[in-house]
Amino acid sequence: MDITRFIPTNRKLLLVGLLILIIFLTTFPLYSKEYYIRLMAIIFMYIVLAVSWAMFSGPTGYMSLAPAAFFGVGVYTAALLYQLKGPLLPLPAVIVVGSLASFMLAFLTGLVTLRLKGIYFAIFTFGLVVFLKELINYLEITVSKVGGRHISYVSNTTVFYILLGICVATLLTAYFIRRSRLGLAMQSIGGNEEAAAHMGVNTTRVKILTFAISAVFMGAAGATTAPRLVYVDPGLAFNVTYSFIPILMAVFGGMGTLYGPVIGAAVFAYTEIRLRQQYPYYYMLTWGIILIIIIFFLPAGLAGLIPKLRDRLGGPISKLWKGGKAEEHAHT
Amino acid sequence: MTETILKIVVSGLLNGGIYALIAMGLSLQYGVAKVLNIAHGEFIMLGALITWTLYTGFGINPLLSLAISGPLLFVIGFVLHRTLFTSLKNRSPSPAALEGNSLLVAFGLMFIIQNIAILRWSALGKSYKYLDTVVWVAGTAFRVNRLVALAVAVGVGVTFYLFLTRSRPGKAIRAAAQDPGTAGLMGININRVLPLCFGLGAFLAGLAGLLISMCYTGSTPFMGLSNTVIALIVVVLGGLGSIPGSFIGGLILGLIGSIVSNWDTALVLVAFYAIFMILLLIRPVGIFGKK
Repeated sequence: MDITRFIPTNRKLLLVGLLILIIFLTTFPLYSKEYYIRLMAIIFMYIVLAVSWAMFSGPTGYMSLAPAAFFGVGVYTAALLYQLKGPLLPLPAVIVVGSLASFMLAFLTGLVTLRLKGIYFAIFTFGLVVFLKELINYLEITVSKVGGRHISYVSNTTVFYILLGICVATLLTAYFIRRSRLGLAMQSIGGNEEAAAHMGVNTTRVKILTFAISAVFMGAAGATTAPRLVYVDPGLAFNVTYSFIPILMAVFGGMGTLYGPVIGAAVFAYTEIRLRQQYPYYYMLTWGIILIIIIFFLPAGLAGLIPKLRDRLGGPISKLWKGGKAEEHAHT
Repeated sequence: MTETILKIVVSGLLNGGIYALIAMGLSLQYGVAKVLNIAHGEFIMLGALITWTLYTGFGINPLLSLAISGPLLFVIGFVLHRTLFTSLKNRSPSPAALEGNSLLVAFGLMFIIQNIAILRWSALGKSYKYLDTVVWVAGTAFRVNRLVALAVAVGVGVTFYLFLTRSRPGKAIRAAAQDPGTAGLMGININRVLPLCFGLGAFLAGLAGLLISMCYTGSTPFMGLSNTVIALIVVVLGGLGSIPGSFIGGLILGLIGSIVSNWDTALVLVAFYAIFMILLLIRPVGIFGKK
């Protein structure tokens, strides 16, 4: 008996598409130039950042400006444990340590801040990034007497595969959280936190848990990307831009869906690499304008455009289709 | 000993005056218009660079150039609120959604203003010398421009306080800060008062930028964000939306900075952020904020 019969056609198409995508991505470094492997790795990194940001901030509505803190913790873990003059741990272990450190930081941050409402949470997370930057800078200069650290070499292909793995893990986690009780609880918090609490949702626990989970992937992405930076100092590791860009990408792509931030990250990363070198200032200027336009006219982001287009185009196309048939009928 | 203390206090107040001015605008924008304007520092940057252009290009006295840069920034702020944030307010279903969305719009504005400024002024630091002489007070040297900046900051702080408490538009602003809906019912045109606050915030930012360009060297288009952060710290210290709070918070932060820098200069920013975060946790409404 053919099992595939039980899967609806739409889903069958989706599965086939996913399979092709997986084969394409896993074999990608075999036939591509170094340049494109790097480009894809950067896209994966941004996807991880955008999806994990949207995992928490999307449904709950709590604007976290902390991605740079968690990403930076990952980067700096690699800077300490995977130095050029002698790595202390193998790369996979460094990545695990980096993500655990991010998890702990997010957990502690969540523990003390998630009782703060709305805008105070955004301000606090923003302060966290600059605080860590200044603190580590101070410690490096006064205690370890270095301005920055050189990181051991890792090939582009290795970085590509590790980031691909982290990317898949992030997407799967985001997918399952969306479909779980946890996802529903987060949405109810975003809708009305007090009502959610009255319905029996332990709002603080839900928020801390998902906030910490989302930080794991940012930390892992940071630790993996660090070797590509070659040289790291606290200013580079805890760059506030890493907080702003994932938000921009997630809002651009649409926070309401899983694939929205993926689209946003891919478009942003690709255009960044292609256009930023030539037109660095016009490039960011344009993104600023796009961001504002999206907030006003496409609150659901690019992903929100897809069902709209389908509705717009679906009518005329089916009419055309039926109309054609009717004409055919008339001719006979 | 007394001399050291005097020096710490005076230099703290000199920095604190500028901090206060940076923060008052942001406090006005958030406290009344409910926009957490993360682009606030970009208006400060515009103020600094416009002053530089007017002084080095046209020979206009930096202090008098406020007559040009002030109204210009006020109009930019007013129009931005009237167009972007007012329609955002009408679209947003809840105050929380409005705060989130306006943060994102301010975010876009930050990118736009900063990059326009780079295209106009390039990324190089801009400096000029004005009132760059030294006076001796109680055995310690102080720059005249710093003293002028403190005087201007105090003057503006007092004027603003009087404007808010005594004048009719000031009272309308305070009413709108307390409850925009009721204020509207009392006959206050909310769609005029909120843009007014936003414009005044941009005006104050421009004035702060003017003083910064006068006192510190090397104004660049990238100076905005660090000033936004200082403003956020002061505003949290004094209480979001409280103008006297921002003023006193600025002076307190200046004093803390000079006390810490007397001990170890590298620790100043660490101390600022540590205080900021501890304060957010213990008393998020700030010293002067109301629950």
